[in-house]
Amino acid sequence: MKRLRLYFLAPSALILAALFLIPLLIVAVYSLESRGAYGGVTPPFTAESYIRIFDPLYLKILWRSFWVAGVSTLVCLILGFPLALFISRAGARRGLYLQLVMLPFWTSFLIRTYAWMFLLRDTGLINTALLATGLLRDPLPLLYNDFAVILGLVYGFLPFMVLPLYTNLEKLDPALLEAAADLGARPLTALARVTLPLCRPGILAGSILVFIPCLGAYLTPDLMGGGKSIMIGTLVQNQFTTARDWPFGAALSLFLMALTLGLLYLASKRSSGEDLL
Amino acid sequence: MATDPILELRNVTKAFPSHKAVDDVSLALQRGELHALLGPSGCGKTTCLRMVAGFETPDAGQILLNGDNIAPLKPYERNVSTVFQSYALFPHLNVFDNVAFGLRQRGEKEVARKVNEALELVQLQAKADRKPAQMSGGEKQRAALARSLVLTPDLLLLDEPLSALDPNLRQQVRGELKALQRRVGITFLMVTHDQEEALSMADRITLLNRGRVEQVGTPQEIYLQPANRFTAGFLGAVNWLDEIGVRPESTRLSHEAPGDGARTHRGRVTDSTFLGDCYHVVAEIADGRQIMARVPRSQNGYHPGDQVHVWWQPADELHLPR
Amino acid sequence: MRLLSLYAVAAYAFLHLPLLVLTVFSFNQSRFTQWEGFSLRWYTQALADSALREATVNSLLIGGAATLLATALGTLCAYGLWKKKAPRLTGMLYLSLMTPEIVTGVALLAFYQWLFHFLNLHLGMITVILAHVSFCLAYVVIVVMARLRTMDATLEEAALDLGANEFEAFYLVTLPQLLPAIVSAALLAFTISFDDFVITSMVAGVDSETLPMVMYATARRGVSPVLNAVSTIIVVGLGLLILISERLQTKT
Repeated sequence: MKRLRLYFLAPSALILAALFLIPLLIVAVYSLESRGAYGGVTPPFTAESYIRIFDPLYLKILWRSFWVAGVSTLVCLILGFPLALFISRAGARRGLYLQLVMLPFWTSFLIRTYAWMFLLRDTGLINTALLATGLLRDPLPLLYNDFAVILGLVYGFLPFMVLPLYTNLEKLDPALLEAAADLGARPLTALARVTLPLCRPGILAGSILVFIPCLGAYLTPDLMGGGKSIMIGTLVQNQFTTARDWPFGAALSLFLMALTLGLLYLASKRSSGEDLL
Repeated sequence: MATDPILELRNVTKAFPSHKAVDDVSLALQRGELHALLGPSGCGKTTCLRMVAGFETPDAGQILLNGDNIAPLKPYERNVSTVFQSYALFPHLNVFDNVAFGLRQRGEKEVARKVNEALELVQLQAKADRKPAQMSGGEKQRAALARSLVLTPDLLLLDEPLSALDPNLRQQVRGELKALQRRVGITFLMVTHDQEEALSMADRITLLNRGRVEQVGTPQEIYLQPANRFTAGFLGAVNWLDEIGVRPESTRLSHEAPGDGARTHRGRVTDSTFLGDCYHVVAEIADGRQIMARVPRSQNGYHPGDQVHVWWQPADELHLPR
Repeated sequence: MRLLSLYAVAAYAFLHLPLLVLTVFSFNQSRFTQWEGFSLRWYTQALADSALREATVNSLLIGGAATLLATALGTLCAYGLWKKKAPRLTGMLYLSLMTPEIVTGVALLAFYQWLFHFLNLHLGMITVILAHVSFCLAYVVIVVMARLRTMDATLEEAALDLGANEFEAFYLVTLPQLLPAIVSAALLAFTISFDDFVITSMVAGVDSETLPMVMYATARRGVSPVLNAVSTIIVVGLGLLILISERLQTKT
């Protein structure tokens, strides 16, 4: 039996080791090297790339990434919780409503981002409609700024927030809300004093599932932020294309990775979550 | 007035899409009594309880608490408190905060004093800072009781209070619950499907079947003077010989003929089971009918095949038509 | 609850309207955001575009190959993990899920470049396929594992009791029951692979442009109704695949 199991696990372990772990190791090595003349890396080894991360210019980008990811997560939470609540109370139609939330998620992220570009740009649908009704004289700058990036991220990751929240809500004993009412609490009070505190695991899980991808997002800030909304993700990508600074890009990547791991670690400490795997 | 019923259900009906759960039920609870709503599953007793608590609304009829119709009121507007079958203690709060919940809802002062009094009443002071997950079934029940009683409701509703407890704990808790009710003097309305529970704890019992009231009365009245065959059969075993019923504990067996005045049949023992405190003996009489008898251990001399006299006193007979 | 329902309607509108708008305007006669009549011109233009066609073929090839490999390996992996835990492998799977795509892309690029010092290869279809396999693996494992968890473990024991060896027990008893989940996992892997942009763009060669890459380049330049048309086709196509997958899942 052990041998069979070994055969079954080995290929996957190999793939992950070769195409995931080793690449990360190589990135680590690269991060300590110096910039090559035409891109790539050369010796000597130096920690210069890491030091550069703490340059105020880059710290600002880091800070902005945290800020954008944080706001996006918060908005997802505020928008997602009532939706999850609605689905959990929908009785027999719960599965359907949940699927409706997940449906956009299964379409390409690129397409979804593009859809918002179509709506938000100066000659996009929203501005065209507003101009036509005469409410505005000039188009609103809805695209190519932080607002657009946050909107794009929220749109993309809302299902990631709704799903854990819904799972949490579904597991709550309905008798608890009846008991709260029985003890004198009106529905809103019961929501605040009983439902919400008991949703902490779901809120945590959802927040992690949204914050981490938002932090390392590339596509959304790139397409919807224009040049004005640079985040870590776009910065990293830049190093491997126009800036041709591989060591710096590598260092940034590892830094982002470290942030991700750190957040996951903190989250796992505070939750006794179920395992997906 | 003190002799007014504290709770009245008048012609209450409640129907669900699948069936009529409560069909024109009327009952009246006396102040300070422990009243049991008894019946088989599906008889409507839980629905009645939930209507009194406010979690269901009756389709017809009135629910009067101290003379006021509370049917249109929400659960949080009624001075009625419920102890749920699963206790429904808030898992994120400890015992103290659970018990304090209702008081804080009302904005009462002196929360700590009242909570501690309630905890003392159910003897849970030592566990005040525990969370429900760290408590046993019995402790959780007491916490739920404290949480409801601290609000001094007009009426306390209990949904199958003993069903979630270990069987060997139930006997003890029955007594404690009864004693508690006597102490606080609050009217208790208890739902149960266990007739032994109802008989041992209640001052009066309402027996429900398929949404209708079969009988209301004290345990003795219901057990000894059942109004119909269903009631007789639900509260205990009965031997039926056409319109006459006799309970096994009133059925006697003997080798010799009994004295005058007893109703006798000749029979042959077909089965004898040792139950620990007595024997359960089945005897077949003339027309093939089986009669069950409870025979004290001292009279252990009945074996399958024995010829016996099966007899009882006429006074122990129940005369009920089919 | 009624307030909640109203909110839900708004939320669902928020989620679905952008895509609906995109689709509607893919049938717009004009290229501007004023409706000027129904037309299929953008669709014909899309289908005639050779770059798009080539990219689509690439995407389908990559998706197919990556899906096959990832599903096969992932299913075996899930089964192995179900039999007995392997915390380090599980850890790697989790990590591959949560790592930001940009980091994975960078790492793979660095890895390939390093590799190409020794092997005379270059970025192309193979590099993309392998990359896709590595990041689809975890998703397959999750889906198959979820199904395994609901299965009766004693069935395999019964098979062993009746004379089958371990592999036969897996092949004859467990695998047939897993088929719907495997198909779902495959569809999921295909969708993820087909839609991927970030990682693919970093490890694709000149001759292995995928559809998302072409779409991205177009989107970067601005809005184009052809893109609307392509998007609609993709959404409908993948949407159908997803619905099929859901049906299969509920059947088990």
